[in-house]
Amino acid sequence: MMRDGAVALASGTIFGAGLALGGMTDPARVRGFLDLFGAWDPTLAFVMGGAVVVMAIAWAFQKRMQRPLLGPSFALPNRSDLTPRLIGGSALFGIGWGIAGLCPGPGFAALAIDAPSAAIFVAAMLAGMMLVRLVDRPA
Amino acid sequence: MGLPGFPDAAPLAGLAGGVLIGLAAALMLLGAGRIAGVSGIAARAFAIGEGSMPRGAAFAFLIGLPLGALVVAMASGAPAPQFASPLLLAVAGLIVGIGTRLGSGCTSGHGVCGMSRLSQRSLVATATFMVTGFATVAAMNALGIEVLP
Repeated sequence: MMRDGAVALASGTIFGAGLALGGMTDPARVRGFLDLFGAWDPTLAFVMGGAVVVMAIAWAFQKRMQRPLLGPSFALPNRSDLTPRLIGGSALFGIGWGIAGLCPGPGFAALAIDAPSAAIFVAAMLAGMMLVRLVDRPA
Repeated sequence: MGLPGFPDAAPLAGLAGGVLIGLAAALMLLGAGRIAGVSGIAARAFAIGEGSMPRGAAFAFLIGLPLGALVVAMASGAPAPQFASPLLLAVAGLIVGIGTRLGSGCTSGHGVCGMSRLSQRSLVATATFMVTGFATVAAMNALGIEVLP
């Protein structure tokens, strides 16, 4: 349990530092990337590219491991079905992402940069998540 | 250092930030055996979603996000960025919350962790939210809706 928490805290902290360093906690930078037909800012593509390359290497290691270094077993998604729910949900997410230039990670990270703004975004996001749960499983 | 044709781009900072994000996700994968997907971890922390991750660990990850951002913000001394109005932040947050639960992930879970493993679901999800993200900004610009002063 303690080890789980320590790994998570370290991972979250490095993740948050990466988001801020890459400019992802600046909504103007993110919306600049999404402004493909206007004043396009390709910075986010470098962020995504750097992260994906490092993670592709990590997956190559993972395939050769029986269990994680500090835990009993891997708990990984293994679905491959393409559903209307996946596509519709992702389409909605992109709309919300475009409106304010924030996605979940930078939303939490921005609590250290503009707490009132980030808190509104995060609270609304959690409310949206709760809404889906209530519709899925009415209380 | 800039990028020819894109005076505002920050490719080196972007790449460095991306490598850090990748290392963070790699630590979560190889250390704890889990996906560093922020929307899923947030849902887990607030008991909205199920999962094998202990809730305490999920909270620890979420607390780390602003801690890491704070260190970088303090070290860089850059001026604070602008954010959208409270109304737009609330609308956007609500849509992001609904969309990421229905779509089983966001930029981190699908975009970083899933794409790098060539998950079919993540490739389709990422392509979808990129396209609607592009379309949303284009539509708002066409309608003259200013988000950031």
